Amino acid sequence: MLKVNNIEVVYSDVILVLRGVSLEVPDGQMVSLLGANGAGKSTTLKAISGLLRTQEGEVTRGSIEFDGQRIDNLTPDEIVRLGIVQVIEGRPLFQHLTVEENLRTGALFRSASSKEIAQDIERVYHFFPRLRDFRTRTSGYLSGGEQQMIVIGRALMAKPKLMLLDEPSLGLAPMLVQDIFGIIKQINEESGVSILLVEQNANIALKTAGYAYVMESGRIVLDGSSAQLSQNADIKEFYLGLTSVGERKSYRDVKHYKRRKRWIG
Amino acid sequence: MNWVLVPQQVINGLLNGGTLALIALGIVLIFKSSEVFNFAAGHMVMLGAFLTWMFAGGEGTGEELFKLPLWAAVIAASIVAIGIGFLIERLALRPMTGQPLLAIILMTLGLSQVMEGVTTVAYGVQPKGNFPAPFSPSDAFNIPVPPVNGASIVFLDRLQIGHARLATFVVAIIAAVLFILFFQYTKTGLAMRATSENHELAQSMGIKVSRVFGWSWAIAGIVATLGGVLLATLSGVSVSLSTVALVAFPAILLGGLESFPGAIVGGLLVGLAQEIVRASTVVEVRNASDIAPYILLLIILVLRPEGLFGQRRIERI
Ligand SMILES: Nc1ncnc2c1ncn2[C@@H]1O[C@H](COP(=O)(O)OP(=O)(O)OP(=O)(O)O)[C@@H](O)[C@H]1O
Ligand SMILES: [Mg+2]
Repeated sequence: MLKVNNIEVVYSDVILVLRGVSLEVPDGQMVSLLGANGAGKSTTLKAISGLLRTQEGEVTRGSIEFDGQRIDNLTPDEIVRLGIVQVIEGRPLFQHLTVEENLRTGALFRSASSKEIAQDIERVYHFFPRLRDFRTRTSGYLSGGEQQMIVIGRALMAKPKLMLLDEPSLGLAPMLVQDIFGIIKQINEESGVSILLVEQNANIALKTAGYAYVMESGRIVLDGSSAQLSQNADIKEFYLGLTSVGERKSYRDVKHYKRRKRWIG
Repeated sequence: MNWVLVPQQVINGLLNGGTLALIALGIVLIFKSSEVFNFAAGHMVMLGAFLTWMFAGGEGTGEELFKLPLWAAVIAASIVAIGIGFLIERLALRPMTGQPLLAIILMTLGLSQVMEGVTTVAYGVQPKGNFPAPFSPSDAFNIPVPPVNGASIVFLDRLQIGHARLATFVVAIIAAVLFILFFQYTKTGLAMRATSENHELAQSMGIKVSRVFGWSWAIAGIVATLGGVLLATLSGVSVSLSTVALVAFPAILLGGLESFPGAIVGGLLVGLAQEIVRASTVVEVRNASDIAPYILLLIILVLRPEGLFGQRRIERI
């Protein structure tokens, strides 16, 4: 169980980005975190995984607990060893390594036998059969969808208890997004990995995850079960792109959008 | 140009190039993993040679604490070099994390001066001619070459391949191959390759990046020690062994800075260029053989700015 308690995050000692964020991810659950660009979603994930430090960021208030242990003062490699792995936004690969070498990097910190590693690689191929055909290819040349499969597969190689996924749908064709989210759900259900999912695509996030938080300007402004949020008028309008009468919203509404957004904040 | 000497010099050059290639590998390793260009590489070579000489009980140490056979002395010196490698990472480089790269690179220049100072204080400035090499530099295989009838070029009647030179070449090439296999097929090697591409990503996979840097320095220490031993086999031990760096640097740039095969080919080419120029009587410049690698480097970089084996940037559009 992950508990984020009212954290504040500051970059470079002066830039206040998170102003009191609290959220929970119960064991085995899938929770999504929605919000506009710059709301602080990625920052929240980095605060959890400890990667904030590599970018001069710091948790200045509040606390983060995982399975009852404080983790906000641990280094990224210690946090990975506790079972939390982050799939960074923009699906970065070790481009010059092959697909299978990329997968292996996910398990480097574990002291697993080569037999175990081979089994874990098989498990990744079970979720992403397509990767098997590309195993010896240089990963940097694969398509965006295939790269997304590699980064999720690589995270699986860490045998995580909790996976932090940052915008897996970014720049993918709608069909592929459906596929990838299907597999994410499968990973969550079959392997019991808890998932905290950051998305711009509220539509698919609300369909896939059971519970959701909505962030704006460094704060959580709404949370609830995905079913509840899907019915919320503001969510419908601002995140699902529907007006109250269920039509696509037009550019004329942009001003209105800004006003309403501030009101929610 | 003294054409008669050319075939002989080609052989000598390639054989010398083996050691250069090995030394170049150590520098490329550190550059790849941490983007730091190690200006202390030559001094690590020198230090490795002195340590081996000391462990082998070279006369003139005064007390002669050790009297190990050469192979054991090399291992002992390598172990010390591993320790020094980790210490350098921990004490000199880790505190510099986040500082501009140039500052870190200058730090390695500072380290080289510290190593030179420590070595002179510990072992004195006198060159040691008594390195316990298994082969004498004067022993050689003589390969008779049949005269080429009717050819206008008068050929050598025999080629000489020095036992010691050949041995250093064989050892250097074996070490280089082991080094590349290590990098390609071990977990530590994979961690190094991953880290060299993207530090933050490596960290997010639970890799301890500073540990990986430590390993790179440690392995560079082993490689430098071995390189130092090979050089000392031919020329004895002295502080001036560190100047090998001046010919290793162009070898690396030739090869493309980040490429292991590039470092090996670069080392061989530089060795070759040096010896061929040495055979020439046209170029009557002092130290022409030390300048030759840089001229070769200029020519190649003009033709191929990324070096012979420079890593292609992967870009999908
Ligand atoms: N290293 C950094 N230093 C300073 N400011 C930063 C840094 N990283 C992010 N920020 C700022 O923090 C704010 C939140 O960024 P964050 O990346 O968390 O947003 P996000 O919700 O993930 O947005 P997006 O959906 O566009 O990815 C932004 O205003 C951004 O400019
Ligand atoms: Mg983001």
